[in-house]
Amino acid sequence: MEPERSIAPRGVEANVESEWPLSLSSTGASWIPPRSECGVHRHEDGVAAGATPTAAHRMPLRVFHSVLEPAGPQAASITWLWWITLAICAAVFVIVLGALGAAMVRSWMRRRDASASGDASMLGAAVAAGVGLTVVILFGLLVADVRAHRIMSSFGAASAVSIAVTGHQWWWEIEYEDATPSRRLKTANEIHIPIGRPVVFKFASHDVIHSFWAPNLQGKRDLVPGIASAIWLQADRPGIYRGQCAEFCGRQHAHMAFDIVAEPDADFERWLDAGRASAREPQGEEAMRGRAVFLARQCAFCHTIRGTGASGSIGPDLTHLASRGTIAAGTLPNSRGHLAGWIVNSQTIKPGNQMPPNPLEAGDLQALLAYLEELR
Amino acid sequence: MMRRCAICALVTVIGAGCRVGVYRDAAQATGGDPARGVAAIQRYGCDTCHVIPGVQTAQATVGPPLDAIAVRTYLAGELPNNPANMQEWIRHPRTVEPRTAMPDTGVTEADGRDIAAYLYTLR
Repeated sequence: MEPERSIAPRGVEANVESEWPLSLSSTGASWIPPRSECGVHRHEDGVAAGATPTAAHRMPLRVFHSVLEPAGPQAASITWLWWITLAICAAVFVIVLGALGAAMVRSWMRRRDASASGDASMLGAAVAAGVGLTVVILFGLLVADVRAHRIMSSFGAASAVSIAVTGHQWWWEIEYEDATPSRRLKTANEIHIPIGRPVVFKFASHDVIHSFWAPNLQGKRDLVPGIASAIWLQADRPGIYRGQCAEFCGRQHAHMAFDIVAEPDADFERWLDAGRASAREPQGEEAMRGRAVFLARQCAFCHTIRGTGASGSIGPDLTHLASRGTIAAGTLPNSRGHLAGWIVNSQTIKPGNQMPPNPLEAGDLQALLAYLEELR
Repeated sequence: MMRRCAICALVTVIGAGCRVGVYRDAAQATGGDPARGVAAIQRYGCDTCHVIPGVQTAQATVGPPLDAIAVRTYLAGELPNNPANMQEWIRHPRTVEPRTAMPDTGVTEADGRDIAAYLYTLR
C-alpha cells in the first residue's frame, strides 16, 4: 500500500496509449478533479489501515474527454464523418475562393481591354459544372452520414451487457440488468464496462430531459421522461472515459457528469461480483458507530446501503461508495475531506441539489466518515 | 494622461513586488511552495468546508473562513499561530483537538508544508 498520494500531470493522463494495466493498489484510479486543475490518485484509505484491501481494483488511465479521440467503433464513425466533412468543406472553400479570385482577375482584365467580349456559353458551362459538383458532393456527404449512423445505431450481439440508466437532477442511476433479479446491480455515476464487448444502454428519466454523452464512445442520446430509448456502444481500449449531461436540465446541469470505466473482461466480472455483494460489516468501533449514525439520522431515508436497513431511493445507492472515484456525479474527488464537506453542507458546493445540509455533531461526522470509507 | 499612466504602472509594480514578498516570506517560514499549496487544498477537499481567498472553489461555510489566517493569534481556538502548529493542525486535527469536526484527511508532510505556505500568504 502506497502511503502517499501522488500527483499525475494532466499530460500523462491524457495519453491514451500509456501502459496498461497500471497497478495502483488500493489507491485506485488516477484522475483529474473536475473542479480543479490538478490530477490525483484516488484517495488512500487512511481509516481502515488494518482492513484488507479486498476491493483493490485495478483502474485504467483516464482518457482525455474528446470527440476526436474515439475508443470504439461508434465514436470512430462519428470522428470519421467529422474528418470527411471537414476535408470536403475545406476543398470547397478553396475552390470557391479560387473561382472568386479568377472572376475578379477576369473582370479587371476585361475593363482594361474593352474589345474582349463576354462568352455566354462559358458561363452556362460553369454554372452547370458548379451545380453538378454541388449535387455530387452533397450526395457523397449524405452517403457518409448514413454510413456513420448505420454503425452508430445498429444493435450488436445478443451477448451484450445491458445497463439501464435513469437521469435524475443531478446524478445518474445505473442498474446492471440480469434475468435473475438477485444478480441485478444498482449503483450510481460510475459505469464499468468490459472492453471488446457490445454494451446496451437503456435510458429513462426521473424528472426532466437529460442527455447521455460520452464523446469518446458514442454520440448524444436524450433521456426523455416517459419515452424509452437505447443505444449501444463498445470500447476497444481500456480507459476511464468521462461523460456529461448534454441537455440543460436545471441549475446544476454542469455538475452532472459520469465516468465509464472500460476494463478487461476478467476485471469487469470481478467488479460486478464485488458490486452485487452487500456492504461489509464495519470494522472497528468508530465505523460501527458510523453505521448507527447513518441509520439513525436522515441519511437512510434517501440512500440505500444493501445489508443494512437503509433502503431509500431518492439519492444514489451507497453500498460501495468508497470504491467510486468521485462523489456528487463527478463534482468532487472521493476523498475524506471532500466527503465531509459534502455531507455537512452540499449546498455551497452544488447549490440546489436535493441533499439537505446535515449539521451532525462532530463525533458523529467523524464516525460516519470512517464508516463510509469502509464501503468498498 | 501620461502622469496618470505612470502612477498606475508604479502602483502595479509596487503591488506585485509586495505580493512576491508575501509569497517569499510564506515559503521561507514554512519550507513549502504556496503555488503548489492551492492544488493541494483542492485535492484534499479543504475547499469543501472553508472560504479561502484566492481559491476559486473554496466558497463553503462548514468551517470558519480562512482570510487573514496568517495574522491570526490562535489556530483552532487553542494553538499559537506558528508554522509548526499550522502544519500539525492541518495534518492531524483530531490529535490536537479530539472533539473537532475537521477530519484527518491524510495530508502528507510535504503537502502540509505547501498548504501552510499558501495559508501564510493570506494576510
